[in-house]
Order: sequence, then C-alpha cells, then structure tokens
Amino acid sequence: MTATPASTAGGLRRLPGWSRRYLLTAVVAAWVLIWVFVQGRDTFQLGGAELTPLHLRINEASEVIDNGRNDNPFFLYFVNYIRLFLDEAVTFVQALISRPSFGRPLPVIGWLGVVTVATAVALLWGNLRVAVLTVAGFASFGLLGLWEESMDTLALTLAAVVISLLIGISLGVWAGVNDRFNRLVTPVLDFMQTMPTFVYLAPLTLFFLIGPASATVATVIYAAPPAIRITAHGIREVHPATLEAGASLGSTAWQLLSKVRLPLAKRTIVVGVNQTIMAALCMVTIAALIDAPGLGKTVIKALETLDVGSAFNAGLAIVIMAIVLDRVTSAAGRRVETRYRAGRSRGPGRRRAGIGAVLAGTGVLVYLSHTYVWAAEFPSEANLGPYVRRGVDAATLWAQDNLAAYTGAFKNAVSYGLLNPFEALLTDSPWWLIAAVLVVSAAILANVRVVLVTVACLALLVALGLWQDSMVTLASTLVATVLVMVLGVAFGVWMGRSDRVDQLVRPVLDAGQTMPPFVYLVPILGLFGATRVTAIIAAVVYAAPVAIKLTADGIRGVSPSAVEAATAAGSNTWQLITKVQLPMARSAVTLAASQGLIYVLAMVVVGGLVGAGALGYDVVAGFSQLQLRGKGLAAGVAIVVLGIMLERITRAAARRADAEAHGAR
Amino acid sequence: MTVSRIGRPRTLALLFATGLLVSACGGAKVGEGSDGTATSATSGTDGKKPCGAVNIAINPWVGYEATAAVIAQVAEKELGCAVTKKDLKEEVAWQGFATGQVDAIVENWAHDDLKKKYIEEQKVAVAAGSTGNKGVIGWYVPPWMAEKYPDITDWKNLNKYAELFKTSESGGKGQLLDGDPSFVTNDAALVKNLKLDYKVVYAGSEAALITEFRKAEKEKKALLGYFYEPQWFLAEVKLVKVDLPEYTEGCDADAEKVACDYPLYDLDKIVSKKFADSGSPAYELVKNFSWTNEDQNLVAKYISEDKMTAEEAAEKWVGDNPDKVKAWLPTG
Repeated sequence: MTATPASTAGGLRRLPGWSRRYLLTAVVAAWVLIWVFVQGRDTFQLGGAELTPLHLRINEASEVIDNGRNDNPFFLYFVNYIRLFLDEAVTFVQALISRPSFGRPLPVIGWLGVVTVATAVALLWGNLRVAVLTVAGFASFGLLGLWEESMDTLALTLAAVVISLLIGISLGVWAGVNDRFNRLVTPVLDFMQTMPTFVYLAPLTLFFLIGPASATVATVIYAAPPAIRITAHGIREVHPATLEAGASLGSTAWQLLSKVRLPLAKRTIVVGVNQTIMAALCMVTIAALIDAPGLGKTVIKALETLDVGSAFNAGLAIVIMAIVLDRVTSAAGRRVETRYRAGRSRGPGRRRAGIGAVLAGTGVLVYLSHTYVWAAEFPSEANLGPYVRRGVDAATLWAQDNLAAYTGAFKNAVSYGLLNPFEALLTDSPWWLIAAVLVVSAAILANVRVVLVTVACLALLVALGLWQDSMVTLASTLVATVLVMVLGVAFGVWMGRSDRVDQLVRPVLDAGQTMPPFVYLVPILGLFGATRVTAIIAAVVYAAPVAIKLTADGIRGVSPSAVEAATAAGSNTWQLITKVQLPMARSAVTLAASQGLIYVLAMVVVGGLVGAGALGYDVVAGFSQLQLRGKGLAAGVAIVVLGIMLERITRAAARRADAEAHGAR
Repeated sequence: MTVSRIGRPRTLALLFATGLLVSACGGAKVGEGSDGTATSATSGTDGKKPCGAVNIAINPWVGYEATAAVIAQVAEKELGCAVTKKDLKEEVAWQGFATGQVDAIVENWAHDDLKKKYIEEQKVAVAAGSTGNKGVIGWYVPPWMAEKYPDITDWKNLNKYAELFKTSESGGKGQLLDGDPSFVTNDAALVKNLKLDYKVVYAGSEAALITEFRKAEKEKKALLGYFYEPQWFLAEVKLVKVDLPEYTEGCDADAEKVACDYPLYDLDKIVSKKFADSGSPAYELVKNFSWTNEDQNLVAKYISEDKMTAEEAAEKWVGDNPDKVKAWLPTG
C-alpha cells in the first residue's frame, strides 16, 4: 500500500485495485460491528397508514391541480389539443383494423388484409424469413381467439411507438450533438424509466381523460427514453475522424448531421426502435387499468378470477407480437447495414418489379378482406385458445401439487439464510450508519462527483420520510440483482459461445421480458407464497434476460484471435472462459449489471403486489387510496433515487475498474 | 439469388390471390345478411323517454362486474340505452365524474375521502342509494383451522396460536396477511392496540390473498388474513371470520387508537350529478337497483367458476329473475 488510507477521495484514486477490495471489506466489517451495538436506533419507522407532513403537502398540492383543471388555460388549450390529436389517431387505426367503423359491422381491413400488409412490410423491409414469421405470428392471434384484442393492442402500440420515435429520435439527435443538452436530459430519462407508472397513471387521466390518449401518453413516457438514449449514443459513436474529414470538405453543421452522422448512426437507431417497441409492449397490461383496450384487459380480467390459463393465452399473444415486431425491425436494421456496406448492387428494375408485385398482391387481399366476411372476420372455428388455456391450467396445477414442497424449501432457505439477515442489517442500522457506509463505499469505488450524488440521494431519501421502506426494498433489490448476475454470466457465456444455444434461448428471453408479470404472478404465488422471494423471482424473470443478452453480446465481441491464442497455449474451456473471455468482456458484464439493476427496480411495484411490501406496496396503495396519494408519489421518487444512486456508483466503479485493467495491461 | 427472393413470393402471392378471388365469389359480403341491419341502440321502447348513452365504470373485481353487467343488461334490453363499460380502478373512476366521462359507479365500498372530495367539495357526484349488498371486512382463517381450533375465532385466543402463524416474512411473530391496498385497513393499529403478537405482512393484491388462502386450505397450513365478503372465492373455500371486539359507532374515529372490528359496509351506488339531473331512465334504473348478497354471489359464480362472460352471466340471471328486474324499471 503506497498511499495510506487517504482522507480525500482524490487520494484514493491512486490506490491499486486489490487494496480497494480490502478497504471495502473493512467497511462492511466495521458496519456489522457497529450495527451490533446500535441496532434499532434512529431507523425512521413509519407504519402502513402513517403519513409525514411532506406526504400531506403533496396531497394538498395535487388537490389544487385537480381543482384548477377546468379553468387553467394550460389545460384548455395545450393539453386538450394533444388529447384530441392522440384520441383521433388511435381511434383511426382502431377503425382500420380492430373496431366496427364507418357504419360497418366490421373494421375496414379484415384479418386477411392485416396479415398481408404486415407480411408485405416484413418482406419489403426485412427478408423472407421474417415474412414467414410474420404470417405465423399474426395468424396465431386469430388462432388464440384474440384477434380483435390483439389488433387493439397493435393499434395502441403502433401509435405510441410512432410518437415515441418522433420525439425520441429528434431529441436523441439533439442530445447526440449537444453535450449540455445530453447532460440535462440524462437524469430526466432516468426518472422516466424508473418512476413507477402507477404513480402517474391516475393523474394522467385527469390531464388526458380516460381513453386512448392517456394510455398512449403513459406508454410514451416509458418507451421514448430508450429511443433518445440509443439515438444519442449512435450519433456520438460516429468516429471524430469521419467528422473532421467532412468538416474539412466544407460541410456545414447541418450537412454533417444529415449526410454523415445520421447515415452512420442509422443501424444504432434501429436498435433504439427495437427497444422502444419492447418497452411499449411492457405497458399493455398497466394501461388496461385506465381502460386501454386490448390484450391487457384480458389479462387483468383473468387475474380477477385467478384464471391463469386465460391470462397466459393473452400474455402469449403479447409475447408473439413482441417477437414478430422485434425480428422484423432487427432484420430491417441488418438490411440497412448490409446495404450501407455493400452499396447498391441489386438490379433496381427487377427489385422494383418485385415490389410492385408484392404491393399488388397486398392490394387484392386487402380488398377481399374489406369486402368478404370470411376474410374480414377470423373464423371462430379455428380457435385454439381453449386448448392453450386448459394446457396451462393443467401445468399450473401440476406444478403446485408437485413442486410446492421444493419451492417452499427454497423460499425458506433464501429468506432465512440471506434475505432476513441482510434486511435486518439494513433496516435496524441507524440511518446515519448506512449513509456513512454508502458514502465511504462510493468514495472507495468511485470519484468525488459520485460521492456528492450519493450524499444528495441519501438526503432525499431521508427527506421523503420512507427511509425504512427504502431499506427493505434495497435489500430485496440487491439480492435480486445478484441472482440476475449469476444467471446473466452463466447463460450469457453459454449463449455467447454457441450460436445454436443463442437461437434456442433467445425467444425464451424475449418471452421473459415481454410476458406481462400479471400472467405468471399467480403460479409463482402458488409456489412461493405472498413473500419477498416471490417478488424477487418476478424481478429476476424480467431482468435476467437483459443481463444475459448483454453478457452474450460481450462474449461474442471478444476477438477470435485472443481466443485462438489461448487455445493454442493449451487452455481448457474453463480457463478460456474465466481467464480470457470473461475478463475481456468485463465492460459488457458491468453494463449488464447496471441494466439488470434498473430492470429489477422497475419490478419493485409488481413485487409490492405479491408480498414484498415496502416501497412497491406504498406506490400501489397511493394509486388506490386518495389519502395515500402523496405517500405513493414519495415512494415512487424513493425508487428513482435508489436507482440513480446505485447506478451511478456501479457505473463509476466499472469505468474505473476498466481503466485500471487497461492501464495494467 | 436476389431476384428469386422477391420473385418467388410474387408468383405465390398472385396464384394465391387469384385462387382466393375465384373461391370468394360465393362468400358473404360484409354488411349484408342476417346481422347486417344496424341495431338501433338509441330508439327507446314503447315511446318512453329515450335513454341515450350511459357510461358505467367497471372496477376490477368480480362482484362489481356482476352488478354492472346486470344493470347494463337491463339498461340495454329494457330501456334501449347504449351502455359503455369502462374498466377503471376506483379512484380513476371517481375522477371520471369530474371529467364527465363516467356516469355511474355501481358498487362503492365506503370511500369517505372520495365522497367528501367529489360529492361535497366538487359537487360533481351524488349518492344513488344502496345496492342491497352488505360488505363485511375482517380477519379470516381457512375452514380447517376453525374446525381443528374452534376457539380461534375469538380474537382473545389469537396470541395463543401466534406460533402457528409464523412465516419467513413475519420476523418471529405470527403473520397477519393483509390484502389489496385498495381497501382501508386498520390492521397495523389493531395489532398494536389489541396487544397481539402478530406482524402485518402486506400481500399486496387480491390475487395474492386468494392464492394464499387456497393453498392454506389445500395443504392444511395456518393462515390468518384480511378478507371480505361478498367475494366469489368464498363459494370455493368458506373462510371463517375471526371476531374482533365488536364495532360500535365511532370506535374507529381515531385511526391510531382503533381497537374494534370493521363496520358493516352498506355498499352503495354513486352517479354523476349530470347523469342524475338528465332524467334518463337509466338513472332511475341505477337508483332503483337493489339485490342481495346471494344474488351477486350467484352471478359472480357464473363468471368465476362457470367461466361465462359477464354479459352471458347477466343475461342468464336476468332471464331467471324477471320479477326482481321489473321492480327496478322506471315507473311511468
């Protein structure tokens, strides 16, 4: 140790990596030691129905907004016009594909027409493979007996995605070229992505009324941030040398953007489109709580009677929609890339003829579906929904009869062995002790700026009056994140090393990400009871796919020559993974960890619905009871604050670890 | 290669399309045939006052849906109204009175805070009388426990059995499982004030509560939880209520000091002021509507156990009970 424990964070920067690890261990040891003596003091307990003055003030403030709604010009002119526009847009798409309209008993375009249009889009922008997938996917909506519901969901999702992209890509470009705007917008995006939807769902219906507009806005709030972030990232990634070359040729700033940056960032932007679609589909069930039409309603209705089969049936349709949309946009993205690389080589005349044929065929089928009942209304005899439902019901019953003993044992082992002691350490420590531990850890792991952010976040948590609930949530969140990372590394390595495994596992991961949690809550409740472990498992199901995908990407990105060299030097598979592939994919793994954490936090509210209590429950209660509204809002903010604090610490730590690893090499 | 990629589907599509065209010639056209005649929803029957559009909020539980479906069925079939059902959580539904988007909430569980805000302060809603249903809230145990430990239904014995109710969540005490955050609960205060050796654990949703009770009865596990009736699940597992100190008027006035059972709730209907003043026959119907817990449980059973849609269930019940329905219809 060259530098003895330095008093300033700046001094700590010179510490080598290993001594930092010892310091951290020492901090934790000191924490446990002090905890033994002072536990139970200054823990800021607050009962379920108790409120702090801040919560009451938030209640009052929202009252004032409620009451002023009718005579406020902001509402009369601005919000009302947005609402009108959104309502009309969604209703129009619904009239086209899902609802009886224009005096007809059926929508303008029937099932055959919709399937054809979707397939033609997949064929023209993607390739034959995704076109076949599209036919199968769209047909399955009808086969599951959910054609109309699926079309409602599609209408709403498309509207929300288009608006998210209009906003997202333009703001993303701005954030890509303007550093100050980027710094300004980043915390806002964090806020939008981690603030639980339940917090703003009820107020939204005051602004945008009950109807498609509110549902669209709720979806946009959640789905636009990925588009903004990823677009900005793509614009930023454009190599400075390319820009300089452009500038030296006398391009104006606008030309640089439109001729150099945007074309080069196109592929990344398609990834953003992709993520936006996935995020939009995540909102389907929650939006159903404010009367958004579609599959979400089916899921919620099924949940009322604990009808797992019906919920799964509808959830399956959502997953299929997500997979189809994802594959088509990805294929379109790859095509953009190959065309960019290869230049235009295809005979333009022939291609044009092909396009013409596809369009003509589409036109014929659309006309048929407009005119004839058999092509307009999906034949109800071809309904496989009941079989799916019965199958799932039987599987659920079997699982509950045969697995409950094991899952119960697992739940107890995790609860008593890990969760309870950890939670006790967090909740029984005085707040100042935890604050000190976090600040010192931030100083050891990160830098001065992050220390300041940590201090601010801690102050906010104290001020919000939900300290103890925050600590309970923190405990579960950290345990879930550890599980997510165990899965992320294990499956990520497996997938990254084999394309076949990747192809097999990926649809399962997509399902985990888009299957509405409400669908599998009842079965896992049956297995693990209304406990924190159930909440943790729901979070892992949702968050692990992201961590796995990112890790797999990183492993695949390790240069083949390094792998070959190690193999030639006689490394076995285990050595190859642990000594070469994982260390070289370190930055991907840390990205996986921080994203995994954010996704786990996104499930805190769902956790509140299945027995995790704490912040998640506070948010749900605030959504359900008027007098708890302020507390719910405060809990939502607390979740955001926890997210920002943990994310900043891990990211800074990762960056530093990365820099050290490179410096050492 | 590149040509065939587009070319083959083209030929396929054309073949397919012509095939379809040929086969389609005999198909029925949209808008023709038996159901082609537009059903005129607005025309009133027997020259009574026309009904027009009615927006009924649907809160997310089965009992509510049963009530709403029966009212909607009668309004559409007997009064010729055009009923729109809107799936909304309670608070959002009440907000709908203020924005003019909701006309009626047909099963309201107290919600004094919302009544104060929308009926007294904003004056956009009015009460429209009882649904006839009595709401009971309390602590329940699965039937096997009541059989094995008969004295458990008296709160004074709860501490004796606290050991049974210990779980991984309850921190060494007995677990009292609380449910859906939509309902007011005094349970934390009750545990404290009755000096019970229990900890309130928040299950967080009705689904979680029902799953736990179902499991408890099936596996003969101990469970003490917050529940309520009327509720469809009670037809499946007849939970037994634990008697807390009897409710007396005002004993729950101070939320911190409450030490008595929950009151018996008179479930009622709330309508928007606008709807009440409109003179719509549907308002009369909502106001007159009244039935018993058994009635609602039956319709709820049709929905939850027999897997009927709410509409089918309502149609069946209305068909079976013409006399009750007749009493709700507006006079004159």
